[in-house]
Amino acid sequence: MILGSINPAVLLAALMVAATPILLAAIGELVVEKSGVLNLGVEGMMIMGACLGFIIAVNSGSPFLGFVGAALAGMVLAALFALLTQVLMTNHVATGLALTLFGLGLTALLGQQYVGITPPRTPRLDLGPLSQIPFFGRAFFRHDIVVYLTIALVGAVWWFLKYSRAGMILRAVGENHDAAHALGYHVKRVRLMAILFGGACAGLGGAYLSLIRVAGWTEGMTVGAGWIALALVVFASWRPWRAMAGAYLFGGVVVLQLNLQAAGVRIPVEYLSMSPYLITILVLVLMSSGKARASLNAPGSLNKQFHASG
Amino acid sequence: MKKLLTAAVASVALATPALADDPTKIGFIYIGPVGDFGWTAGHDRARQELQDHFGDAVETSIVENVDYGADAERVMTQMALSGTDMIFAASFGYGPDVNSVAGRFPDVAFQHATGYIQEHPNVSLYDARFYEGRAVLGHIGGKMTETNTIGYIASFPIPAVVSGINSAYLHAKAVNPDVEFRIIWTYSWFDPSLEADAAETLIEQGADVIMQHTDSTAAVRVAEDAGVMAFGQASDMVDFGPTAHLSAIVDRWAPYYISRVEAFKEGEWEAQNSWLGLGDGIIEMAPWNDRIPAELQEEADELIAAISSGEYHPFTGPINRQDGTPWLADGEVAEDGALATMDFYVEGITAEFPN
Repeated sequence: MILGSINPAVLLAALMVAATPILLAAIGELVVEKSGVLNLGVEGMMIMGACLGFIIAVNSGSPFLGFVGAALAGMVLAALFALLTQVLMTNHVATGLALTLFGLGLTALLGQQYVGITPPRTPRLDLGPLSQIPFFGRAFFRHDIVVYLTIALVGAVWWFLKYSRAGMILRAVGENHDAAHALGYHVKRVRLMAILFGGACAGLGGAYLSLIRVAGWTEGMTVGAGWIALALVVFASWRPWRAMAGAYLFGGVVVLQLNLQAAGVRIPVEYLSMSPYLITILVLVLMSSGKARASLNAPGSLNKQFHASG
Repeated sequence: MKKLLTAAVASVALATPALADDPTKIGFIYIGPVGDFGWTAGHDRARQELQDHFGDAVETSIVENVDYGADAERVMTQMALSGTDMIFAASFGYGPDVNSVAGRFPDVAFQHATGYIQEHPNVSLYDARFYEGRAVLGHIGGKMTETNTIGYIASFPIPAVVSGINSAYLHAKAVNPDVEFRIIWTYSWFDPSLEADAAETLIEQGADVIMQHTDSTAAVRVAEDAGVMAFGQASDMVDFGPTAHLSAIVDRWAPYYISRVEAFKEGEWEAQNSWLGLGDGIIEMAPWNDRIPAELQEEADELIAAISSGEYHPFTGPINRQDGTPWLADGEVAEDGALATMDFYVEGITAEFPN
């Protein structure tokens, strides 16, 4: 055992990077679910973002354009989901799953020519003296800009849902779409916008993987990150800051176990990697009883079809 | 009645060997994507060579990203039902699925890579002696490391991976008594972001040579960025780290695949358990990086020659187990059975063995 070789500052820094892609996808999905829609296609939208973000960044030479393209790619897939579920009234769960399969397949095709290429580098944000602070500088102030923007996004979503009028309408639609409809709110339009936002966030999360964290495109490279993001939303009981805490916790578990292993400590990796899913199952079980559901803060109309005639 | 009829049809099918102008249908199932540039890519390279070799006489098909268990069983059943003559299942974990499907389709020839379960006469096993290649990597890594720390990204604690770690360690230790191994198990064959994180962690903890027994190219890329060295896995990964990539064990399944299909076409196919190594050309080393000094390249070439000719076995005693108990006496050579079930680290590795 060589625990001394683990540097806590580096651990914290790695944790923030590991958490960012799932946090981005989760915060998007949180808004979607708050509006009453369950989109299980997060993995598919993430991989679309990862692939197209990569392709655009490589061809344009600009990581910024790559991220913009990734958000748009995620939105396109999300728009497809919105068309199917909101207009054609298909089942949310089945459509979401199909979206994931579609995204994985399509990107395998699109990305074929891009395996083995290095993307343009995303510069680290120069925070000057802040990054020189002992310990904290290394841990918190030497990241790329996306890490900070993601945190800002969490704050913005929190504020939006809690204080803004539009956010309250979105929540009303998610809690009880019939009531919201009766009040004259356009349920489908609200949901469409939420779904598009979710797609953009998932796309950004995917691009973070292909442009920064792995810095390369490989088919199927998200390997379940989208599912973790979905689990995270439930785990966080639909609260933005809690989603961030959860993402850092999950990221922390991954990074910590790698460090402990490298230091020669035997740890039950299988159980650790199972834990996000176990917690989610637990939350879902609790949710299935009515009383607990309310206390968990689940949107009342989550995963329920809305038709204006109903 | 229906059963009788099926039996009759089956026996007719058995009695008439495939017509000469009928292409042999061969199915491949892969655990990862063919674009992984590693393990699965290696098998698919061999499939293409096979196709080129036989031309119209064979018809190959692939299904990639097939999970172990129900998925694999479904895919292989589907292949068998649609007239596939031979199925290559190219991953360790397909063992139970291969055997369960093989029991139901006795006329289909199954070839299972790196497995150990052989319950039916139509299941053939084949494997490569990766530990032979690992010995060469260990030798080079042991000499090249400046921090005396080698990082090892391992997938699952199965004998093939464990014997690889032991072989690499023993040969690194032989040329560098101070060498230390840091080992991370990812419990996955293919997870680029986890492998990248693992590589970063190992480098952070002092490793300047990264070895991997996982299939993505992420670790080589991280090593390139961090300015350290790395070995690729299963395919030549030099494109992902031109400076970092010292060499790689490259799998060459094609000669074996071709010989097995040849045997099948001539009606001489029967179940085997082949374990082939450097000497058989089933694995080879990717071109040495120029940064490896000339004399070290020569040493590595000599080691390859000695292993290939059978003159030297990478597991030659005296070797103790991690807890200090003797495993191989002086001059004793490990038996295949012991290597195929290896579940312990050798003496000197400091990490604890995973359960």
